[in-house]
Amino acid sequence: MLGIEGLSPETISGLLDLSESYIDQNRSLDKRRDLLSGRTVINLFFENSTRTRTSFEVAAKRLGADVINMDVTTSSVKKGETLLDTAMTLNAMRPDAIVVRHSESGAVNLLSQKVNCTVINAGDGQHEHPTQALLDALTIRRRRGRLQGLLVAICGDIMHSRVARSNIHLLQIMGARVRVVGPPTLMPTDIDRLGVEVHYNMRTGLKDVDIVMMLRLQTERMQGSFVPSISEYFRFFGLDHEKLKVAKPDALIMHPGPMNRGVEIDSEVADDLDRSVIHEQVEMGVAVRMACLEALIGGRRNAIGAAA
Amino acid sequence: MSGDILRGAPPHAGSTAYINARIIDPTGDSEYDGAVLISDGKIADFGPNLFASGAPYGIQSVDCHGHYLAPGLVDARVHTGEPGEEHKETLESAAVAAAVGGITSMVLLPDNEPPFDDASLIEFVARRARQIKLTNMYAYGALTVGLEGKELAEMGLMAEAGAVAFTDADHAVGNAQVLRRALYYAKGFDALVVHLPQEPTLSGGHMTSGEMATRLGLSGNPPLAEVMMVERDIRLVEMTGGRLHLTKISTAESVKVIAAAKARGLKITCDTAPPYFALNDLAVGDYRTFGKLVPPLRSEKDREAIVEGLKSGVIDAIVSDHRPQDQDSKRVPFAQAEPGGIGLETLLPVSLELAHNKQLSLARLFQRLSATPAGLLGLPGGKLAKGAPADLVLFDADFAWKIDRVDFWSKTKNSPFDERPVQGRVMATIVGGRTIYRHDSFTPAAAAA
Repeated sequence: MLGIEGLSPETISGLLDLSESYIDQNRSLDKRRDLLSGRTVINLFFENSTRTRTSFEVAAKRLGADVINMDVTTSSVKKGETLLDTAMTLNAMRPDAIVVRHSESGAVNLLSQKVNCTVINAGDGQHEHPTQALLDALTIRRRRGRLQGLLVAICGDIMHSRVARSNIHLLQIMGARVRVVGPPTLMPTDIDRLGVEVHYNMRTGLKDVDIVMMLRLQTERMQGSFVPSISEYFRFFGLDHEKLKVAKPDALIMHPGPMNRGVEIDSEVADDLDRSVIHEQVEMGVAVRMACLEALIGGRRNAIGAAA
Repeated sequence: MSGDILRGAPPHAGSTAYINARIIDPTGDSEYDGAVLISDGKIADFGPNLFASGAPYGIQSVDCHGHYLAPGLVDARVHTGEPGEEHKETLESAAVAAAVGGITSMVLLPDNEPPFDDASLIEFVARRARQIKLTNMYAYGALTVGLEGKELAEMGLMAEAGAVAFTDADHAVGNAQVLRRALYYAKGFDALVVHLPQEPTLSGGHMTSGEMATRLGLSGNPPLAEVMMVERDIRLVEMTGGRLHLTKISTAESVKVIAAAKARGLKITCDTAPPYFALNDLAVGDYRTFGKLVPPLRSEKDREAIVEGLKSGVIDAIVSDHRPQDQDSKRVPFAQAEPGGIGLETLLPVSLELAHNKQLSLARLFQRLSATPAGLLGLPGGKLAKGAPADLVLFDADFAWKIDRVDFWSKTKNSPFDERPVQGRVMATIVGGRTIYRHDSFTPAAAAA
């Protein structure tokens, strides 16, 4: 599973349905199944990520798989081994799935060409982060009962966001309408050709939306100055109750984390229990990743297996 | 690997008649059935009626079986790894690839390690060419020391040593004052300055800006980075009266602006390379690093404009822009991959698409491939003229084949045209009257009458 782009609505719905089945299990005392007993999953993270890696690890363990976390800071990558050598070395150990995160767009596609096990993209550069989009969709679907016809605003640093790209694809495949909102310097060229509506201010961008997805300002990926200052960014693009007034009264607030409070989101909004579903997103993340692992390496050859 | 490289043949002596050929004369803008007579390595005669009733007694003759015979290609943009990165390409392996590609003269870029910013390196290339004895080799001198775009290189001394023109290769000179001085200074030697117009502060991206880059999550290099520097360079030519040649034009806007400058009578010429008229940015889909080039592959609209520019003559020449990269430089994530593609062996077949598609006559095509680049750089080859060196290419324009990286003679295989079906294959390459390459399917019925 390398990206959302190109998946069918049936595949996505199937994965979401399967994810639903794990939510109750995860809430119960007995969380573990043996569906993936004997399977090996390697989490290969070339870029730091505590939450995504932990989420994949929890998901795989709850299904009974053996999980190995590759810590790149101590691996041979630092000794100059190339991405493909690392991939082929791990491949020779016959894992059933490799979960990969990398700071370069396309790195996971490249790696997947050289191994013969399942590869799950846990985020590649500014390209895609498919399981994040799936967990966002699951969160929305549980709260709103559907995706079809909803109006979703994705706000902030669109340019550097793989989460934005995966969500744009998924939401549109499922029949939702998508707006992107942010300063022009953080909009990728020709983003409108992906079918989204582009807004440069929150007032028009958030008007009547059902869902507000905030993105983290990814200063670590920025070369040069994209916004003059954090305080100016917060003033115009940070989500607070004032800006939220134009959205639907029951609009949900989402954020893929980690949040920069006071940069793209005000603490009052982030912690608003009525509207913020940020923690629910994290919970859904485990269920979605369990579903992906089951569909891809669960051995149950069902329709969802087509997601591979 | 379907042919023979003929090394070590002695200099051509006596006379050889190439008969029963379809002659392409770019300078005369014509194409006809006829013959070419070579004497002592030079073109002695040519024409439609020459040897119409057979070659005279005592002259060796080669039956061309109706294949096309044209001035050999003059490739004004070749990079090899010698010196510095011989594992990617040596001057010898490049000369072999050029021979297979019908290229009889190639001009080497100065961006090696060390860079050609010193007369001794220009002499080094000349010496290696004499040793290798295949395709003619010439070298550019660096425009600035270390190709850093700061201080002028020793153009006069390098010109004396044989540098044919001056360029900083794929490095654009961002500082207008430096390029202004370079144009002024070169004018004193009547030297041509070759410049890649890409505004450096805007061209840091990995592919052309647009929908595809946005989908792939790769940082973009806007087409505008080219035209704004073309416009600046045109003003500098106006100011200095220097001779400027812009290289690797890739956008519609640049073609428009250069056309206008030429109409005003400015001494500006330009070239493009096959990727820019035969491919667009879809070729880097799925992160195909063989399609990562400088400048990046552009949109379909730009590609069409480049074809139009070649038709109208706004674009004067076609270069291969041969730049070998090994697997280690290409089998990495796209943003980390080295840019560049090999082109010596595909220059002719891909360019022939312009003729097959009726966009250019063969005579016009060979103006772009042979006569014009030779003329711009003051090289002796590239034309059919009595007394000119007998540098010729014999090719079968209809020979259908599929480009396959496994078959390249170049040391590295990074062709953006891998797996492309093409039509047109070199049957023989002749330099100074000597046949340096012959395709397996061509048997010169060398019957001395």
